Amino acid sequence: MTDFLEVKDLTMRFGGLTAVDSLSFKVAHGSIHGLIGPNGAGKTTTFNMISGFYKPTEGQVLLRGEDISGLQMHEVARRGVVRTFQHSTLFAELTVLENALVGTHMPFRPNIFAAIIGWDREDRSGAEARAKEALEFFGLDHVMQERVGDLSHGHQRALGMAVAYASHPDVILLDEPFTGMNPEETRQMMDLMERLKADGITILIVEHDMQAIMGLCDTITCMSFGKFLAEGGPQEIRNHPAVIEAYLGGARHVA
Amino acid sequence: MPKFLIWVAVLAALIALPHGLSFSQQEILVFLTINVLLVASYRLLTLTGEWSLAHVVIMGVGAYSSALLTKKLGVYVPVSMLLGGVVAALIAVLLSFPLFRMKGFYFLIGSFAAGEIIRLLWKRFRDPFGGAKGIKGIDPMPDFSIGFYQFDFFEPTSYYYFAGVIVAFCLWILWRIEKSPVGLTFHAVHWQDKLAQASGVNVRAYRTLAFAIASGFAGISGALLAHYVGTINPNAFDIDLMVFVLTWAIVGGTATFYGPILGCVVLTVLNEIVLRELGLEQMRPLVYGAIMILSILFLPNGLESIVQKLTKRRAAKSAPERSPAE
Repeated sequence: MTDFLEVKDLTMRFGGLTAVDSLSFKVAHGSIHGLIGPNGAGKTTTFNMISGFYKPTEGQVLLRGEDISGLQMHEVARRGVVRTFQHSTLFAELTVLENALVGTHMPFRPNIFAAIIGWDREDRSGAEARAKEALEFFGLDHVMQERVGDLSHGHQRALGMAVAYASHPDVILLDEPFTGMNPEETRQMMDLMERLKADGITILIVEHDMQAIMGLCDTITCMSFGKFLAEGGPQEIRNHPAVIEAYLGGARHVA
Repeated sequence: MPKFLIWVAVLAALIALPHGLSFSQQEILVFLTINVLLVASYRLLTLTGEWSLAHVVIMGVGAYSSALLTKKLGVYVPVSMLLGGVVAALIAVLLSFPLFRMKGFYFLIGSFAAGEIIRLLWKRFRDPFGGAKGIKGIDPMPDFSIGFYQFDFFEPTSYYYFAGVIVAFCLWILWRIEKSPVGLTFHAVHWQDKLAQASGVNVRAYRTLAFAIASGFAGISGALLAHYVGTINPNAFDIDLMVFVLTWAIVGGTATFYGPILGCVVLTVLNEIVLRELGLEQMRPLVYGAIMILSILFLPNGLESIVQKLTKRRAAKSAPERSPAE
């Protein structure tokens, strides 16, 4: 496995507060990588810096050796790094199919002149086929024509991922994908992620749900108070004293 | 097929319409046709969620450019109309640099300021804009014949047909844009610009695109107006007309393509036929204000919601006939 996505000395300061402090880790191609840590550890800030939502104060995000930090979100997306959002951020007024069609924006770039004359039939049918494929993958093909605002919470989460998947990404960044899911939905979602991985897509997950992340990830990076704490396989992290301390509080005080 | 027949009937009615009207009503019909394009182009801008107060001034940019191109450079009138639209679109692209640093309410106010600046420039510079008096004696559209019909552009009926064809063509383009993937992206930019960006949409570029297209068609409508009236001045494109455009769009509703057009037609007919008959046409701003408040209170989704209800009911009526068989 080669170095694919690398975070190097990434630092983010909001005024006097250092939310992320020279964080470095590497994500291997084709793996599922978890980023965990207690509340306020700076996971989401890190995530936002990788996806281009924030511009880091210092440090770099390297994708295949190219520095992508400080690029705008759509430019990062066009390099193959597509993110999802924490809450069900979707186009609530549009139908499920239309949401997925927006996801196909990158592989099938709309051209306004072709659209007026009607020379984009192939692109349109291609985009529709891709959108339907993505919806089928996430088991949403039966609600295709429904308005997204009327969907159940679980379906909305799945659709968020389907929109990202529709754009043929190399890396999917998932921001707390298991929040508000019952164990059954969580299990289904984990299966889908395994299938994404089998498709050759690299996944970076920010998550609270330790159960899900332990069963899923190949590598886990743990951070606390903006700093790198530990990295390793699920077993290593589960038994790592620093991680346990960060999550459960100072063991010394208890003893 | 019946849908096709409906279109033919509408077309026939539109062709026959001016012959049943008085001369002044025919003139109003020409203005109405031009305003339909103005309000329909405004809707394209609202698709991306931005409401501008500069739209009427941009229309004026089209009018001024087309008038000046014919007067100073002797450009053939239909060509100058097209160029008027192009200039309006280019001005919109220039304006987009400062304006699209803002969103929502701030964009609204910023666009108002930008429009007023343009209007003041027209007033300030007598050469070439003619100052507060504007430009007079703009070349009319040259007469021509298409075999079975002789276009004589001192007749409002002729200009109505001419403008009608141009407006219909522009509406067709606007409709194609809205129904295309580009239109879907406009919607996406409106409802969730973050998610659109995460899907690789260059939000800023799409906002500018919508603004430029809307402005281009507004410019064409302005040029149509300039070569019909023959004289334009800065006060013809002031905030009053902008408020009327907003009223048409809000009363008609902006959820559908036909909503703003419906609002424009209904309110113009109401104003010109009903109020004029009653001798109340001087009270147009008052009546428009009252209609706007009433429609926001009692018809928040606009006149289009009535049409949608009617078409749905018809669909529902035909559906239950099949269900008892089950």
